[in-house]
This record gives sequence, structure tokens and C-alpha cells, in this order.
Amino acid sequence: MTKEMTERVVITGMGIVSPLGHDVDTLWQALLSGKSGVAKNTIFDASTFPTTFDAEVKDYDLTKYTKNPQLHKNSNRGSAFVVGATAQACKQAQINIETAEPTDGIDRTRLGIYLGAGEGSVDNDVFFAAIVNGWDSEKNEMDWGRWAQVAFEKMDSMRELEQEPNMPATHIAMLTSARGPTRSCLTACAASTQAVGEAMMLIRKGDADIIIAGGAHSMIHPLGLTGFNRLTALSTRNDSPETASRPFSATRDGFILGEGAAIAILESLSSAKKRGVEILAEVIGYGSSSDAFRVTDMHEEGRGAIQAITAALADAGISYKDVDYINTHGTSTMENDSIETKAIKAVFKERAKNTPVSSVKSMLGHLIGAAGAAELITCVCAIRDNILPPTMNLIDREPELDLDYIPNKPRKMPVDIVINESFGFGGQNNVVIIKRWASG
Amino acid sequence: MSPARVVITGLGAITPLGLNVSDTWAGLCDGKVGIDKITAFDPVGFTCKIAGQVPDYNIRQFVPKSLRKSVKLMSRDIELSIIAAHEAFLSSGLVTKGIDPDNINVNPERMAINIGAGLISCDLVELAPAVAASVTNGKFDIHKWGKDGLELVTPLWLLKYLPNMLACHIGIIHDIQGPSNTITCAEVAGHLAIAEAYQVLARGNSDYALAGGAEAKVNPIVMIRQCLLKRATSQNNDEPAFACRPFDADAKGSVFGEAAGVIILENLENAKKRGAKIYAELIGLGHSNSINPEYEHIEPDGYGLQIAIEKAMAQAHIEPEQLDLIVPHGTGIPADDLAEARAIFSALGEAAKKIPVWPTKSMLSNTGAAGGAVDVIAAVCAMNDSKIPAAVNCDKKAEGCNLNIVNQTKKKDIRYALCCSYTYGGQTAAVILKRFD
Repeated sequence: MTKEMTERVVITGMGIVSPLGHDVDTLWQALLSGKSGVAKNTIFDASTFPTTFDAEVKDYDLTKYTKNPQLHKNSNRGSAFVVGATAQACKQAQINIETAEPTDGIDRTRLGIYLGAGEGSVDNDVFFAAIVNGWDSEKNEMDWGRWAQVAFEKMDSMRELEQEPNMPATHIAMLTSARGPTRSCLTACAASTQAVGEAMMLIRKGDADIIIAGGAHSMIHPLGLTGFNRLTALSTRNDSPETASRPFSATRDGFILGEGAAIAILESLSSAKKRGVEILAEVIGYGSSSDAFRVTDMHEEGRGAIQAITAALADAGISYKDVDYINTHGTSTMENDSIETKAIKAVFKERAKNTPVSSVKSMLGHLIGAAGAAELITCVCAIRDNILPPTMNLIDREPELDLDYIPNKPRKMPVDIVINESFGFGGQNNVVIIKRWASG
Repeated sequence: MSPARVVITGLGAITPLGLNVSDTWAGLCDGKVGIDKITAFDPVGFTCKIAGQVPDYNIRQFVPKSLRKSVKLMSRDIELSIIAAHEAFLSSGLVTKGIDPDNINVNPERMAINIGAGLISCDLVELAPAVAASVTNGKFDIHKWGKDGLELVTPLWLLKYLPNMLACHIGIIHDIQGPSNTITCAEVAGHLAIAEAYQVLARGNSDYALAGGAEAKVNPIVMIRQCLLKRATSQNNDEPAFACRPFDADAKGSVFGEAAGVIILENLENAKKRGAKIYAELIGLGHSNSINPEYEHIEPDGYGLQIAIEKAMAQAHIEPEQLDLIVPHGTGIPADDLAEARAIFSALGEAAKKIPVWPTKSMLSNTGAAGGAVDVIAAVCAMNDSKIPAAVNCDKKAEGCNLNIVNQTKKKDIRYALCCSYTYGGQTAAVILKRFD
């Protein structure tokens, strides 16, 4: 083993495809003006579902981002979105894409990929048609021969393959020729924060110079909506989609299913300096933990969340007193928002009520596997512009939820150090800390 | 300060050859094939009707009484991972809450978990009655589904199929509160999970980690995908024992199966302090990407795998001549086997002609996210027994696959072993183990 290397890690590019815009600035302006990306479901007919609305990526055109749309033609929504987000981020970071002979001076074996990415939707029509054909209602069992007949006839092999969760990373590799360390993780709603954190660690230890990190996911499909509706995790405020996502409000009734892809280019400081690219922020801390409590609920006192935040602060070598802003997980479920508030109080002690926190999910919805990376991008923008995005729809208050949630309008203030929190089903907790870039 | 050294102090497996490591290893030594006709469902109409299925087990034996209700929330992938994790802890001497709550000797906050998991396919039998209740004029009707069908789906249905639930259930049973991740890179996930757990320990975030992979692929929807992609063999349905033929001239495709492999990784200092049995040391890890527009296969020259092997070798600081064993990915898919052989030669040069190569999938089947972890366990067993069992179904080397495949069981001192893996989609990995002296 060689002696330990420790590289500082910075962000040199960002890209996003989201319900509030297909580039970082559009998204950021939408968030500052309190716009909502939540509306009636148009992807499939959900009119009889308990929840009829969601936060969709609209009017996305893959051909704007790639010369080879054919390569991505079988993509599920998440993979298609990640191609756009990656193309934007690479452009900003001056990483060549779609060229056999890149001139960006980057060693492709030291350019990696780390995604928090979800599975793609099943091919709905044929998936359900095969079951209908296979179900023997007299015997009350599946006739696999009848099922296979439809499946073999109608399923497309590549569209089936595209359902695998490693596919978004595959599409990024084809786009960028990245040959460095590549992984894809899926720790539910905490996945892309974990991806960013682990990517940072790989660069810090010298395993890669640059990692294309982030997330991609869409669960806006019949089985995804069914699953979350059955868990009663989603808001059912069908008469008012725009006000349905109300994190930390007393009348919150669940999260809003969203979709998208977000990419941050993480790079070692020495590589960024050598290439002379603009540094957008520094990634200084990462903490990961598990609740080990219940698969259905978060630990009542937020034990895992507290441990992850504490570990991230220790990793960054800072105190809770140094933190200017917390971008919360803030899903708008009863459970998350109470427990997250408790956890923040436990870690931030006397500073808890004076540390501004907000949830952009109030506007953006919940991008599931892509949520953490999308929110990280908003944290970078907050530092850049010294403006904190609001928690919209903070309509009514609950006595115990008494933090400074930045209600309903953005706030101008100096912002240097920001915490990004993500918590996932099963008790997955991941926290990343970023800081305004300052040399020295 | 040097990064901590990381050693393997526990092994657990459930495979088509047995419910534990010793049965699996004994089966591999005897050249047994765990592939047979599919019994999990009736594969009539499937082009491939064979698979590697694990022997019967009772999951309740592995779940503490207080958590028995959670058995209802477990897909088969989750069950397999729990069984392998249980054995891994027992063999390690680490006493968790799930092993014996009165004699715990671990600090839950200092333990990490990293599991490779597949795309868990929902149980169609479970879903079918709800679909059947949502039919109008013989066709699926989404209006009916939203109103009626949906209500017939069990409320916690989704939680059975989230890939991170393997790590979550294991974490709850054994009280693992440290860093937790789930790697979802298909057939390379097991190796990548082990690699990341190594890194978590090397950087000091934890003192011990449970790592590995699990996947249950004997399921109509998984099998049909592999049939449609023509990765599953459509021949040898009548001769399952001869069906999976890695690097062999008569190879016609892979055979899929189910398994879990889990190891305990530990900081060397910690392992020594508690007097743990050390099975092997992890000394090299590499990963990369294959880039191929036909991404159901890796690229023909194997370059992405070559890079992974080269990186692992560089980290291990050893020369190719020092390798005593290679456990390749070896699926029996001719194009991929050829690419892997090329990658091994490109990375290791002339030495590759002499290093014994021992593919396991002819016996264990292709178990997806579990495969890499099970192969690491097999390599550790070979190391500790100083023995490389004879390969099975590699009788006549395919053109270009001029590897030194071990055709007769061989006693051999094994100091260094290399395990390789790659997946459709292109991610690649290599892991180098060193015998602990």
C-alpha cells in the first residue's frame, strides 16, 4: 500500500434535468420565485389512483444533448435524463464528450462515475398484458406457458435490460468515455447523496481525479405510484397539487413523487487547478449511517440521522456552529419532518433555532434516488448567490416544529458552509457538507 | 500514516451447492454441478428451463423471535442475504445482537454494511390477483387498477423489492449502525460492495464491515429477460450438468441462479487485538468500465476489465508471476468469455498462460450480484486448503481463450489470488487476495 493521500475535492460542473427546468439556472430561478413543479399526472392515466398528481420532467428533448441519440433510444426515463444532466455538467467542467480523441487533458482511466440511480419502469403494456394472459382464474394461479407466450412475443430485450439500475451509469460511460472507478448505488431516497459522498472519498484518497457524481430516477409509473400509495407515503391533496408539498407544515400529508437527474462533477483540487477550470464549491464532509431500527419507520429520536450529521461534521473538521444553512430532506411526511427537526435540534443544540433550514421539495417534489444530488446543486447556488431558497407552503405551524424554516420567500444572507441531508426508507442516512471555495 | 490493512475474518454463503460455506466448498471440490431443471416455477415456454437453485431452508431459523413478523416483508433476495450474513458472523467470532443479545462484543456504531443487490423482481404470483381484478374486455384497465386492483396489493409491497432492504434487514437483525450502502451494478455488484467496504475501513470510518452480495434470479421475469437477451443458453436443457461451459468451444450461453455470499472485513489491528481467525487479506481492488454500444456485452477487446485488473495489481504491488490463482467471471457466453480472456492477457501478459484459472459458474451458475462475493469466498477456501479444484465443463478451449484452465484438482500453495467480474452495462472489477501468514 502506498502512503495515504488526501486530496481536497471541489465541484467544477453541474447539470440537471428536473420538474423545474432542464438547466441549473432555470431551476434556481424557479426555486427563488417559489414556483411549483407539481401538477396533475400526464405520464399515464392516474385519475383513479389515490394520488393523481406528481412532479414531472416536461418537454425533455434528449437530442439537444447528444449527437448519438440512437445509443440512448431504449433508455428509461432516468437514463435519458442523466444524459442531459451529464452533458451540461461536462460542458461547464470542460470535459469533452462524444469524441474518440478528447483534447481536455483528462486521463480517462482517472475519470470515474458514481451514481445513486433507480431502476427503470417495467414496460407497462406488455408487463400487464402478459400477467392478464397468464392468470388462470379457475385455478387461481399463473400459467407460465401462457405468460411466456405474450412475454416472448412482445417484450423487447433492450427495453427489459434498460430496467436495470446500473443503466444510467452505462449511458454516462458511453457519453463521456469514462474509464475510472464506476459504481451505482441505490439506498432509496438517500442514494445520490451517498454517491456524492463516496465519490468525494474516492478522489480524496487518490483513486480518481474526477468523478461524474449524482443521481437519476423516475418512479412515476403505475407500479411506482402503487407502491408509494399503498405505503400511504404520498400526499393525496388532489384538489391542490401546488400546495400539496408542505414540508414542516402541520397539515402536511405526504411527499410528492418526482423524477429527474442531477450531476455534479467532483474533482481533486490539483486537477481542477491544473486544468484551470472554475471551482464552484468545495466538498468538505460526508457522513453515512443506518438506523438499524425498522424497515417501515425512522428511529423515533432520529438516532441514525444524528449519527450521520455528526459524522459529516467530524469528517469536515468543523463545528455545528460553523454551519450557515441546512438543506433538509424535508419530504412533507409527518414522520420525516418531525424526526428530522428533532435530529437537527440534537446536533445543533443552542444554535438549532438560529440555523436557517429549508426544503426545496416544497417546490421540486421528491426526486427519490436523484433527490440528494438535485438538492446539492441548489446548495452550491445558495453559496454562489448568498441566497437561501425558501420552504414554500409553510401554511400552518406545529408547536414542536419551530426551527427557522425560511418560510415562503427566499432570504439574502452570507452563506459559506451548507449541509445537505438525505434520509431513505429502511433507515439510510447520508449527509454531505459543502463550502464556499477559497484558496489556501 | 499508512491506511489500515483490511483482512477477511468471516465467511458466509448459501449457493446451489449448499446452505453454507463448507458444503459449497465441498461441492466445488467434488466437481458437483448445482444446476438443474427449474422447480421454482414451471418454465414451460421458456427457451432456458434450467437454473442454479439453493437447497430448501427455513428463514425463521435466522431471524430472532422479536423480528419474526418482518419475515413477511422479505423477498427471496433478502432471505438469502440474511442466511449468508448469519454464517459470516458465526464464523467471525463477532457477537452481534442477532447472534446472542446477551454477549454482544461489537460496537454497532463502528460496524458498516455494504451489499451488492440486483434488480429485485416482484413476485408476479403475488401481483396477479390484483391485475386480474383490473381487466376490462380481456385487457388490463388502469382505471380499474387505480380503484380496485391497487387495494389488493399488500400495503408494504414496495418494501419487499427495494434493493437496499437486504442491508436494512441484516442491519436491523444484527444492529449495524455505521455506514450502509447497497451497490446495484448487476453482476459486478458483489465485488464493488466488497471494494467499497474495504475503503470504508481503510479510511477509518468503521472497524468492521459486512460485505458481499445476494440475488435470487430464478424468477420468471428475470429468466425471461436473460432468455430474450440470449444470454441464457437455450441448449442443454436436457443435460443441465453440462449446460454452463465457461471458455469452452461448445459454450452456448450462461445459466442463471440464486445465491448469497457475505464476508466480514476487519481492520487488521482490530482483528489481531481480539485474536480473530484471519482467512485472507484484501490487498488490491480495481474497477472501471467497458464501453460498448452493444452494452448487453462487454467490449470485444476487454479493455474495461483490463484496466480494473491493472489497477488492482498496481495497488497490490505484485507482479503477474506471483498470482497463483485466477477466478474469472466466466459466464459461458462466448463473446464475453473471449473478451475476458483478452483482458486477462492484456493486463497480465505472458504470465497469464501459466496462472491457473478456475471458473466457478459451471457449477454454481451465474448468480448475479452474489457471484463476485461467492467467488471471493471460493478463492479464500482454495487458499486455506492449498487446493485448486478441477474446473468443470471446460474440456475444449474456445478459440482465443487460451487460459490455463485447471482440468485436474491440484494441490498448490496459493499466496495471491485474483477474482474478476464484469456485467452487462459494462462496469468491471478486480479483487486481489493475499493469504495471511
